[in-house]
This record gives sequence, structure tokens and C-alpha cells, in this order.
Amino acid sequence: MPAKDRKQVKIKSLEKHHISLIVNGQIYELDTGEGHGQVEPSHTLAHTLRETLGLTGTKVSCDSGSCGSCTVLIDEKAVLSCMTLTIECDKKNITTIEGLKDPATGRLDPLQQTFIDHTAFQCGFCTPGIIMSAKALLTENPSPAEEDVKEALSGNFCRCISHYQVINAIMALSKQAGQEK
Amino acid sequence: MTDTYRFIGKATLRKDATDIVTGNTRFLNDIKVADMLYGKVLRSPHPHAFITSIDKSRALKLTGVKAVLTWEDVPDWKGGTPRYTRVLDHKVRFVGDTVALVAATSEEIAREALGLIDVKYEVLPAVFEMEEALRPDAPQLYDEFPGNIVTPGVPFFGPKNLKEVVMGDVKKGFEEAEVITEGVFGYENIPNPMPPEPPGVIALWEEPNSATLWVSNQASYMDKITLFHVFDRKVQVRTIGGPCGGSYGSKFMSWQVQAHAVLLSRATGKPVKLVFTKEEHLAAFTLRPGSRMQARVGMKKDGTVTAISGKWLIDTGYYSMTTQSQVAVGCGEVQIAVRCPNWDLKPVIVCTNRNASGIVRGFGGQELKCALIPLLSLAMEKAGLDPLEFFKKNYVKPGDGYFWRDGIWYTYRGVDYTKTMDEGAKAFGWKGKWKGWLTPTSVNGAKRTGIGVGVHGNADIGEDASEAYVRIHPDGTAILFSCITEHGTGQRTNFVKMAAEVLQLPMERISVAPSDSLINPYEFGPAGSRGTYAIGSAVIAAAQDAKQKLFEIISPILGAEPSNLDTIDGTVFVRNNPGKRIPWKAIGIDRTITGYGRFEPDYTLSNCMMTFVEVEVDTETGKVNLLRVVNATDVGQIIDPPGLEGQLNGCLGSGGIDSALFEETVIDHKTGHILNANMIDYKWRTFSELPVIDNVVLETPFPSHQFHAVGVGEIATTPGPSAILMAVSNALGTWLHEYPVTPEKVLGALGKTAQKTKKPGAI
Repeated sequence: MPAKDRKQVKIKSLEKHHISLIVNGQIYELDTGEGHGQVEPSHTLAHTLRETLGLTGTKVSCDSGSCGSCTVLIDEKAVLSCMTLTIECDKKNITTIEGLKDPATGRLDPLQQTFIDHTAFQCGFCTPGIIMSAKALLTENPSPAEEDVKEALSGNFCRCISHYQVINAIMALSKQAGQEK
Repeated sequence: MTDTYRFIGKATLRKDATDIVTGNTRFLNDIKVADMLYGKVLRSPHPHAFITSIDKSRALKLTGVKAVLTWEDVPDWKGGTPRYTRVLDHKVRFVGDTVALVAATSEEIAREALGLIDVKYEVLPAVFEMEEALRPDAPQLYDEFPGNIVTPGVPFFGPKNLKEVVMGDVKKGFEEAEVITEGVFGYENIPNPMPPEPPGVIALWEEPNSATLWVSNQASYMDKITLFHVFDRKVQVRTIGGPCGGSYGSKFMSWQVQAHAVLLSRATGKPVKLVFTKEEHLAAFTLRPGSRMQARVGMKKDGTVTAISGKWLIDTGYYSMTTQSQVAVGCGEVQIAVRCPNWDLKPVIVCTNRNASGIVRGFGGQELKCALIPLLSLAMEKAGLDPLEFFKKNYVKPGDGYFWRDGIWYTYRGVDYTKTMDEGAKAFGWKGKWKGWLTPTSVNGAKRTGIGVGVHGNADIGEDASEAYVRIHPDGTAILFSCITEHGTGQRTNFVKMAAEVLQLPMERISVAPSDSLINPYEFGPAGSRGTYAIGSAVIAAAQDAKQKLFEIISPILGAEPSNLDTIDGTVFVRNNPGKRIPWKAIGIDRTITGYGRFEPDYTLSNCMMTFVEVEVDTETGKVNLLRVVNATDVGQIIDPPGLEGQLNGCLGSGGIDSALFEETVIDHKTGHILNANMIDYKWRTFSELPVIDNVVLETPFPSHQFHAVGVGEIATTPGPSAILMAVSNALGTWLHEYPVTPEKVLGALGKTAQKTKKPGAI
């Protein structure tokens, strides 16, 4: 977004003194300002999710947009929540790792289940970010090829080297999606 | 295999799997404690300076600031080995050293307060290079370390703590040699283990002298012990370990972060959370030691090594906590990989004005091997030896021995790894691809491929003591008390699996107690590759003890001797009359049974990892592509197949193979600043550039514990880096001896750039 437009959004938000976020289907009305519990203009979405809303499933590692740990979905697209200002998310539809489970049945998203089935994690710190990147990919392309998976996850840091198991987990789902067609 | 197991060796569900994939896993920074304050550290911009004054009055006036601490405000707590490094000092010794600590009601306020502390420094000359630090006129970091040489201090590993490898007669050894090579070789690029979760802690001080810490660490019980000594043995410490978002050795010790939070809590009476930013993590948390050796090797043409002598310099940065231990283990491991009767290898640990070194996967052995194997390779080339055959010949065999870290000689009683190496070579296709030294495997226009091999092993698989309890309940459930945190290896679940196998109880019916030092017995933690054998042995013994006690209580009820009883799924039955059975609740619903197990250290077993690599070098761009990796090992018995696969694939990251390809910490030797303390400038492997990895895992039963298994997790990173140098050298047809093999260095070696690589290499 050009700097000029960003400024306008900021001013607009501050004038309203509140914003609303739709997180995992739930609407949060948040006051903007400098006070306790308010969304400050400098707050990142990662900060708001974790510190204000208590949704700590979204992890912060580098806090500078280079590792993908904080990936969430905004309108189904993968976004780095540490590089997104909360005041820019007014009325946006945000999905975090906590929102992948079926809210009615509590059933895990097939993506979460396939990560379990393939032990597609070691320490697990980067896993929520990887799953959210993969979710965005599968939403856009339910039958990705292995190269598509690698490309979609190329911004997600994993230091334990679970990459191979992650790719297997996602490809298992990709095949399923292909068969269902 | 004759043993058939119900759980061992099966891919079972990790206990924490659902929490990890749903975001419910509570890592340290996901925890909030009531009334919690946030800590921040003011760091030195100078690599070496005296603090002449600190004015904290402006910072203290900021609303929300609860404490500002400087070296004048804190007790004389010290860490390091020997303990000469003050938790807060009037002298700073690296860019990033602690100058002041702030606690405030929010992280933002704490950060703002840092900018309101006025510090005056008397800047001192600094030294960043080991050879320069050793000169008589060099700036001195500590009065206690004349010449910047770190003294042994109180050794971790007993009075005879291994300080060098000296044995036989090197003069005679060199006389017997048919080939002699010498040179200066190093592994000095300081790859960062870089776990995703930054170091952090929450500390709560309680008057008069106790502290509780929520830690994110690889070995939470040891934090308690380390801090007890740092706090002058006057503070009772309780640690509560939680899931650890990666460690790779580095978070085995976080005493400074922890001590800082404890000081702030002590000053404010409130719990204080202190979590490093990523920049602090990469610039002010411990790094891998730098390693450089000037050495000489004598060899016969059949690959018999006759003598090794040399000086091994280890750069520990501004202090050492564990470097002496890393040197001890490295010196032990080198004897495991290279059989040689005559040694004169003398390490010197040097302190310099850069951030301190600490533990990283490879623990001294990787630092030493990455320097020694290139030198051995020169000798192998002269002797016309295939490195695979050389390693096979020289790797420790049953009946061979080594001086281990405690300075004691041990005779190896494990398996012969020749078969492992052969199987690995077969899977890799070594014979077909090996064309001789400095000869590419293939040439295709500007692209050439080359292969390399490395080997490593560690007798730490049975190091240090472990204790565990297993408590069984009348309802047919059990709890394992073993003070281990989950740091990615899956071991918390694997120990449940071992207890489940002993008790023949479904894994869902066994839980693990929180890794709280208050409730668990002593545990050194899953350091090195000791988890499977050392911790596993304690867990197995505890489960067996509980089972035995159960049978003694049930014996009169079933009218059978305890030795004639067995158990399955919470029911005890008579072995020769299985119909005669009774559920565990027969012990009485008002009773639990606790078994205790202990493991005593055993250094007579070593693991082994051989890593084969194939690279493709683009001679036009200088880019090195890692095409394929084959890891070969023998684990005795696989405990958890997917967990093992993850550990072996880990050979790439956390300062492993990639430390030879592109990972490095760049320190500006003019200012002492780390220039790439962020995850963009520090290079790491992405999903889009993955080599093919094949893991060849043998299962030759080991004389270890009931399941005949040994651990291998730690060593996966170590054989790779020197194998990469070998492969790239072979592809290019010229020796490349400096890590990492960046395009610049490759083009330099090909004479395609003006830039000269000045450092290591043959004399």
C-alpha cells in the first residue's frame, strides 16, 4: 500500500477510535489509542492477536517479516502478521491456527490431521505458521504439485528440518483432493 | 531381530501432537503470570570499555518503569568457567554486553526506558582475532586470564578433565610415517544454531532466598544447578520447564537471561518476563566456538595414522561457560574417529571481544573435526587413499579405546560400524562416483559434480546421570516423572513408549509429569545423544521397579511367586496360567506404587554417523548446490521412526551441513558489531532448495539397555561440513579449505576473481 493511502487509513481509524476485527469468525470491537488494552497505531496484528486477544497460537520469531512463524490468513491469503499493522485490518476476516478446527464439532482441519499423521514437526514452534501458509495454498489450489508446496512454504523457516515430513503431509492431502475431484 | 515389541520401533502418536498443530502448545512467551513485569537489557555499543558512569534518573521517572539495575545495584553473582564473569559488570567486553536492566509494566515502556539511561564509557582497545589476542601487547579481557588464555577452572568432568590428546611418541610416529602433511585449518565462520524461539524466561523471586523460573530450555533441571552456582550457592532455585522451540544445544544454558530476570524480580517483588528479540538472540546469545588448528599428520600408505600433533586454538568469545567441556569432548571424539597411537594435540582456549561461545550441536567435536579432516584429506590424497576406506579402517572398533572427557581411558564395547559405512556407501553409490582426489564425478559444461564423506561419533550417549520415577495407579494408569522438556526430538513421548513397553500399558494411559524440578528427581537432560540410552535406562529401570513392587503386592493375592507374574493392560496374570489374572486395582484403591530408576554414566559405547554428500558446482557463478545426502548410522533399535528421521534430516540446519555452504556470522573486526544479526542477512535453507536425503539406519542390538538402543540425534550435523569441503574440492579439482564455500570463494579458488582467500590451507 502506498504511504499516502496508509496514512489515510490510520487517520480514519483513529478518528473512529475503534476498529473491528473478525478473527476466526468472531467479531472483536477494539478501541484504538494509546491506553491500556487499546490498539496503538504501532501495534502489529501479531501483537494484537497474541497480547490483546490472547491468541498465542500465532508465534513470533524474527518479528521482522523474514521467518513466516507469524503467518495468518487475511481473507484466505497468507499474511505475515508481524508486518501487518492492526489498524489496517479493520473489518478484515482473519483466520489464525486456533480457527482451523471445526468450531461445531471440534474436529481438526484435515491439514492439522495430516501434520499429526506424518509427524510433520519436531520442536513445533514454526508449525502454526507453516500450516497457515499451507492452508492458503490449498484454498487456492487444492491439488498442488510438490514444487507448488515448496514455493508456497519458501518463506517459512524451520530449523529442525522437518521440511521433508511437512511436504509429505501436505502432498498426502493434495492427492486426496485430487482423488475427490 | 529377535525382539518384537508392541510399541518400541512403531510410529506412535507424539503426546504433544494435537497441541502443536492447533497452536495450543504454550511456549515460554505464550505464558503470562499475574502482575508480571517485562524486562529489557541495555546493551553496550562498544566491544571493550569501562563504564565510567550511568545515570538512570530519567529512566526511573518514566511511568511504568519499576526498576533499573546497573552493576552497582546487584550482588556479585558470576558465571563462566572459572566463575569470573559478573552478571552485570563495570566493564563491557563485547558489542551487546549487558550494561543495565529495566523492568516495566509493558515491553514498550521497558524499551523506551533503555533510551533514557545515560551511560559514559571509557573505550578500550578491543581484540577479535585469536592470534592477536595471544600477543603480549594485546588488550586484556580479564585480570584473571593473563594473555587472554582461559584457564581450566573447576572442571565439569572431574579432576582429570581431558584438556589435550597426548599419548605415545609423536617423534617416533612421524619417523614411521610414509606421508606427512601439515597446515592451518579452521572452522571459524560461527554458524548460529538459530532456534526459531528466542531465549527467554519468567522469573519470580521470593524472599529471603528463593527463585522460581519458568524456562524454555533443553535441560530444565540443569538450569537449577547452574543458577545455584551463579547465585553464589545461596539461592534455592526451582525451574519449571516447558516446551522448547528449538535449541540444538544452545538453550542447554541460558544462565545470563535467567539471572537478569531473577535480579529484576528481586528488585521489584514481581514476576519478570525477559525474552530476547531475534537481533539479541543472534548477537548477544551464545555462539558456536571458533576453531583453528595448526597441525601435522603422519600416515602410512595403507591409511594407518602414525602421528598427529598440533596446536588447536578455540575462540570462546568474551567468556567460557562450557568451552573447556567442549574441548574435552572434542578431544575424546577425535580418538573415536581416528585411531592413532601417537598424539600431541594441545588446545588453547582464547577469549576475544566478541559474543561468548556456548553449546551447539557438535559440542567441540564438530569444531575439531571440521579442521582436522581437511588436513587428513591432504594426507589421504598423497597416499592415494579413498576416504571411505580410511574412515572404515580408523573408526573405533570393539576392543579399541580412548581417553574420554574425564581423562580416563575406556575400552569400547559397542558394535563395529564397518557394515554401517558399507551400507551407506552402497546406498549413495560411492564406488561408482568416487573418481579419486580432486577429480570431479561428472563435468557437464560449466557444471561439475563432486562427492565427499565425513564421519563422527560420540561416547556421550551414556554420559551423566539420570533419575526417574514411574508411579502406577490402581486404575491401570501411570505417570512418568522425568525432568525432561520437549525440544523437538519427541523424547518426552519416547520415554513414555519405553515405560509402556515395560508395563505393557497403552501409551495413552501413561502421562508425563511437568518438567518441574520441585517434583522430579535429578536429570542432566537430553544433551548430546544421551536421551535414548542414559535417560531411557533410568525410565526403564523405574518402570521395572514399579512392576516388581506391583508383583510383590499381587503375589499373595494370585498365589504365585512375583517371578511368575506378568502384566498387560493394567492386569496382572500368572505366566504359566494366564487365565489367572487380576486388575491392578487389587492393590487397593488407596494405594499407588512408585518405582525409581537411576542411570550411572557409561563411556564404553559410542554412536556413529557417516554422511555422504554430492554437490554440483557452477563454475561460472560459483554457486554450490547440494544435490544429495546419505546419512548412515546404527542405532541398535529404532525407538520412533518418524522422530529419528527428523533428527537425521536435521543434518542440514542448526549449524550442520549448511555451515559449510552458506551459513556464517559476520563480525566487523573494526567495530565488533555482528553485521548479519537478523534472519534476512543470516542465510538459512528454505523449502525451495532441498537436497535429496536418504537415511540408512541399521539395527544391530547394542549392549545398552533392555531395548538395545542408542541415541544419534545430536551427531547428525557433524560429519557433513567437512564432507562438503571435500566434495567441492573434488568437483573443482583444487582444494578449498575455508567454510562456508560461498560463490566468492569458489570463484576465488578457480582464479576467476581477484580476491584471495587468505586463511586456512596447507603450508
